[in-house]
Amino acid sequence: MTPFVRHAGRVAALPRVNVDTDQIVPKQFLKRIERTGFAPVLFHDWRYRADGSPDPAFELNQPAAAGASILLAGANFGCGSSREHAVWALREHGLRVVIAESFADIFYANCCQNGLLAVRLVTGEIAELFARHTRAAGRYDVVVDLEAQTVVDDAGFHAAFSIASYHREMLLRGLDEIGRTLLAEGQIAAFERERWNAEGGTAGRASDLAVPRSDFRVPRSGEGDVA
Amino acid sequence: MTPRTLFAKIWDAHVVHRLPLPDGPELLYVDLHLVHEVTSPQAFEGLRLAGRRVRRPELTVATADHNVPTGDRALPITDALAARQVGALAANAREFGIELFDLASPRQGIVHVIGPELGLTQPGMVIVCGDSHTSTHGAFGALAFGIGTSEVEHVLATQCLVVMRPKTMEVRFEGAPASGVTAKDLILALIGRIGTAGATGHVIEYTGEAIRGLSMEGRMTVCNMSIEAGARAGMIAPDDASFAYLAGRPRAPEGERFTRAVARWRRLKSDDGATYDARVTLDAARVGPQVTWGTNPGMVADITARVPDPAGFASAAERQAVERALAYMDLQPGTPLEGLPIDRVFLGSCTNARIEDLRSAARVVRGRRVAAGVRALVVPGSQQVKAQAEAEGLDRVFREAGFEWRNSGCSMCLGMNPDILASGERCAATSNRNFEGRQGRGGRTHLMSPAMAAAAGIAGHLVDIRRWA
Ligand code: SF4
Repeated sequence: MTPFVRHAGRVAALPRVNVDTDQIVPKQFLKRIERTGFAPVLFHDWRYRADGSPDPAFELNQPAAAGASILLAGANFGCGSSREHAVWALREHGLRVVIAESFADIFYANCCQNGLLAVRLVTGEIAELFARHTRAAGRYDVVVDLEAQTVVDDAGFHAAFSIASYHREMLLRGLDEIGRTLLAEGQIAAFERERWNAEGGTAGRASDLAVPRSDFRVPRSGEGDVA
Repeated sequence: MTPRTLFAKIWDAHVVHRLPLPDGPELLYVDLHLVHEVTSPQAFEGLRLAGRRVRRPELTVATADHNVPTGDRALPITDALAARQVGALAANAREFGIELFDLASPRQGIVHVIGPELGLTQPGMVIVCGDSHTSTHGAFGALAFGIGTSEVEHVLATQCLVVMRPKTMEVRFEGAPASGVTAKDLILALIGRIGTAGATGHVIEYTGEAIRGLSMEGRMTVCNMSIEAGARAGMIAPDDASFAYLAGRPRAPEGERFTRAVARWRRLKSDDGATYDARVTLDAARVGPQVTWGTNPGMVADITARVPDPAGFASAAERQAVERALAYMDLQPGTPLEGLPIDRVFLGSCTNARIEDLRSAARVVRGRRVAAGVRALVVPGSQQVKAQAEAEGLDRVFREAGFEWRNSGCSMCLGMNPDILASGERCAATSNRNFEGRQGRGGRTHLMSPAMAAAAGIAGHLVDIRRWA
């Protein structure tokens, strides 16, 4: 994953609330088995008219939004489906930051996994950014600093944001989460032993709720005829 | 000991290790990982590139449901990309030793329908799937939530997930719902009340008399749509209804082991005095049949209501969103919802395509005909549901009324397969999302209960099921 430390870039504004992942990448484009190839269909049904031509009314089609790397949006961004394709599309389109008042939980987690920084600011700050973006006729740039946890422009805007230290680390260092978890292999194995030995619920922290391994019938291949 | 919530009991029992950070996420053990064709190929590819294996293939189960055609199963999939995706799932299942319920299996179906149906879903488990409606499984007192593809890869490789402990919310439904009011109406009423982000960051536990009175099917409908309120998961403490549902299921424990499991499962409930981070109470007796009028599930009203006026909303953002939604839905403020003409009916999805849902729709349809000009579709949630319905003769009831009777899959819930709405078509749907374009670009979705959708198909317009003779 590309580390994220500090990023200066053009802001594109999407003043809509509850932007769901069905809009970010419509379902007809989810059939790819690769992580790439989603940028051309980002916001497809909003971005293109039914005849396939770009819709000039769509915010991201404004000339000033060309090359934008920071998306400013309304509250509850990324709600709905868990599709990570939405984040892949945003990244591939060249976006490094999404700024909104709030994000849906799964979308937020997906951002952290892909080096897309999701910045939560409060209502007043979001409104101010939208206003500055409008005043600048869309030619509006900001600097997002993950180390300092700030968003600033060169005309006095300054906002601080919070982020869990784990997510901050992961983004700052571009960490591979799986590699990191596998370092805890000893603990995972111990956990499994403890749980599975605890059938009957005697002792141990997991014992009273354990789902013993023996309660699973290990599937036979080709099984499926249990009608 | 401090009283704990159901959520806390399950969470605490699955913490492998807490990361040494102030707001530290925890490494949570996963008991059951459900996999489907759309959100998994990139995860398996990631494993291959890194030379990693699936840590616990026996705790991983796959099915093809999202993009599959619902017509004749003997024919090959004509959409080349869809075929490639379904093929990739089969190849990955083979390569990594994962059990797959494929299109040829009589156990195939929507992942959230077959988990409980097979008895894979059990109380006290942590269950994940690369799909937001994984919350469905919480109906059995499991902690079940949707994850993204990178997290799917993480669970495949480690059988664990790194998660921040969510907050808890109790949603209590007091009283008993009136006749004609279903689980779907209860959950839609909740989302209407708290909004689509109302439970963001929280796990909901549903409690109260109205919830206890629901069948397992109804409880699954409620938990299923937790995500539409923004919740991480929804759950209901297991009781005799849950145990009776699980008894004898192919993957449920058998005999003596089942008895012991039930004894364990009985302890899975929130202790008296346990506290939640948030609490919401609704009077189920005051909820009427619900129908959505807008482009998210929170834009919902009683069937007796009228399309709202954007001017009546508090904030500029809301007014704008409602204006946009009404333009998309082609609705004028003040129009009564009852009587709104429809073109299509979709009875299906992981929300409302279980046997009880089909029975309730069939009761409405029996001996009647779909209105002229309306195209109506029944897509059972699984092949087992389909077989059961056929054994009860429900397929004939639907067919004779002019409904199409299909094989199982997600179908027109998300329209990845050939079942889609044409632009401008208005659909009475039993699914869970009425987002713009969800069922087809330009398509207009109204969410409601199975009986309401069936009745709309017969009448040709939205009706109040309480006045259905
Ligand atoms: S039926 Fe719809 S909501 Fe359910 S899993 Fe399939 S696509 Fe998702």
